[in-house]
Amino acid sequence: MAKIKLSEKKLQELKDICTSFNHEKGELINVLHKAQGLFGYLPAEVQEIIAKELNVSVAHVYGVVTFYSFFTMTPKGEHPISVCLGTACYVRGADKVLEEFKRILNIQVGETSADGKFSLSCLRCVGACGLAPVVMVGEKVYGRVSPDGVKDIVAEYRN
Amino acid sequence: MWRMYGEMQIRRNFYQLMRRDEMEMIHLTIDGKPVTAEKGTTILKAASTVGVDIPTLCYFELRDLGIENKPGGCRICVVEVEGRRNLAPACTTKVENGMVVNTHNIRVLNARRTVLELILSDHPAECLTCAKNGNCELQSMAQQLGVRELPYTGEQSTYRKDTSPAIIRDVDKCIMCRRCEMMCNEVQTVGALSAVNRGFMAVVAPAFEMNLEKSTCTYCGQCVSVCPTGALTEVDHSRNVINALADPTKTVVVQTAPAVRAALGEEFGLAPGTLVTGKMAAALRRLGFNYVFDTDFAADLTIMEEGSELLDRLSRYLKGDKTVKLPMLTSCCPGWVNFFEHYFPELRDIPSTAKSPQQMFGPIAKEYFAKKLGIDRKNMIVVSIMPCLAKKYECQREEFKVNGDPDVNYSLSTRELAHLIKSANIDFDSLPEEGFDNPMGESTGASVIFGTTGGVIEAACRTAYELYTGKKLKKVDFKELRGFENIRHATIDFDGLPIKIGIAHGLGNARKLLEDIKEGRNQFHAIEIMACPGGCIGGGGQPYHHGDSEILKQRAAALYREDEGKAIRKSHENPFIIELYKEFLGKPLGEKSHHLLHTKYFDKSAGVFVEE
Repeated sequence: MAKIKLSEKKLQELKDICTSFNHEKGELINVLHKAQGLFGYLPAEVQEIIAKELNVSVAHVYGVVTFYSFFTMTPKGEHPISVCLGTACYVRGADKVLEEFKRILNIQVGETSADGKFSLSCLRCVGACGLAPVVMVGEKVYGRVSPDGVKDIVAEYRN
Repeated sequence: MWRMYGEMQIRRNFYQLMRRDEMEMIHLTIDGKPVTAEKGTTILKAASTVGVDIPTLCYFELRDLGIENKPGGCRICVVEVEGRRNLAPACTTKVENGMVVNTHNIRVLNARRTVLELILSDHPAECLTCAKNGNCELQSMAQQLGVRELPYTGEQSTYRKDTSPAIIRDVDKCIMCRRCEMMCNEVQTVGALSAVNRGFMAVVAPAFEMNLEKSTCTYCGQCVSVCPTGALTEVDHSRNVINALADPTKTVVVQTAPAVRAALGEEFGLAPGTLVTGKMAAALRRLGFNYVFDTDFAADLTIMEEGSELLDRLSRYLKGDKTVKLPMLTSCCPGWVNFFEHYFPELRDIPSTAKSPQQMFGPIAKEYFAKKLGIDRKNMIVVSIMPCLAKKYECQREEFKVNGDPDVNYSLSTRELAHLIKSANIDFDSLPEEGFDNPMGESTGASVIFGTTGGVIEAACRTAYELYTGKKLKKVDFKELRGFENIRHATIDFDGLPIKIGIAHGLGNARKLLEDIKEGRNQFHAIEIMACPGGCIGGGGQPYHHGDSEILKQRAAALYREDEGKAIRKSHENPFIIELYKEFLGKPLGEKSHHLLHTKYFDKSAGVFVEE
């Protein structure tokens, strides 16, 4: 685990998040939510600071982070790709689309490509079931994606 | 007006009391027997009051110490509650009026066995070579429920084995009962272990799944003492000891800690609280140790040094010396030392600088006794028998080595000694009572009670009182310092000078006491802290108590019995200690003592979390 030095400003923002929840142990999940919003992910150092601020053990914080699939310890790529695996998308072949992304990017779900460009995650329904299967890259929504179309989507962001 | 208000208040309190008495009893039926239990009681506990024993696995309790684990995770304790669709876990389901509970009908038995078979489907069937073979609660449960085949096969979760200086984590054998997590977090407040990941991937691990050695683990071993399986065990040094015993060029010396004699017998089927001091000495001699000595001797030495240090600090304090650090904290417990080095490094100049008895024994054996024998310290192997796992780490600390040669080479737990005796085919029960060898085998009653909470400070008071006042104690026993309450306070009258004493056992209680001191909520002159609940008698290396706190009480009672039966009960009256100072050490806190018997502590709070 490489150590990333947090900037003073970010560190203060993180501490402010903890303060806004009164440093309450029971608010750990909310604090982690906000912290992930701030950093994009939850590196070890951030967990360590949260543990100190909330007076809980780092092991406990890590336990919560690894329990909930929403939390991640890997930084997101420049272009985060989310494949919807909700019922409608799934029955229309979203799993095959996901497999194609994995193959082309050579990463697993929850990972980031070596060049830092792409990260891959799954989500459950974006409310666009009429367009199933749906893929999101950043904020942009792609509908009726077929496994064959995956390489074109990736190519859009490659350069 | 005020009188009326007062009367109303009294009447209201009275009715509240009445109501509580009436309201709180629940009537139900368990296995056809009528049961009355207080509201809020679980089915498990209500059943035990009428002699119905429901099997449990993840559930764990040490009643008199207020320790309980009931995550309701394993589902072994399921029972049928008539009118309820599914089976209910007895350890977490509360009694209700009119409930009809069946704990052993065919539906329950079948479900219970299926639950166990599913647990076993992800458990390595390595019983023959497992350290817990014969002492494993999962194994006993399989035996009790009559599992004869493993019907569910499939993928098994695998995880790397993690070996630290004292504890081995083999998570493949973990059944996620969470007892260790409860001990580490709630009781000890160490927070080294937590359940991480989820589902099939879930394990109990330190933060970021680092190795235990890198974590904030204190090696108190309480996780090991409650683990139902072989997932958490001690690092076994028996082979090293056997090799040393077989080496004709080595003189092998053994020391036995106070709490071992009160518990070792349990491993041989003797009743808890049976003192086996004489048989233990005989067994060690049969095993081939050249000299059978007693850590109790070193405990007397600890009192001389620590007691003198307390008196020194007190007298300087009374003279108005503002640099004096009070309260003085005891330092004989290595789990506690690790704890304050990790969590209270800013207080590390408060504990006594006196080494623990184990580590005082080492240099006396290798620098004094070896010279007397005319042998080089490298040819002397010092083995300690300890109720403790943190002692394994303590004897490996760099500051306790001379040119790489440790003062104490190996530390074995009470359990390891029992294995050693059994494997050597020694019939423990028929052994004669033998004594220890001299000079380091003679000890006083004060040193024996080191093994239980309150004992160290009582021993210190016996000596400090007489040295301070110059008078003989009329009564040697300080009963006000004894007991099992988590945190205890007492004031001892040193001939007009009131000495305020604090006692805590269990690291969670120690933390509370330390925080009180830091915040200025309480003031003491001296504080005794032991990492394990009950003190060393409940140490991580003792025979497994399986949650029976009566066993701990019996062990403590045994030590007080041995103390009472001793001719000499005050450390400073031990003739061999007097001789040792005369012949070798000089005086307590003197130059030689300082060099051999005192230590310093380190700040371990930083650099724990993130690896480069």
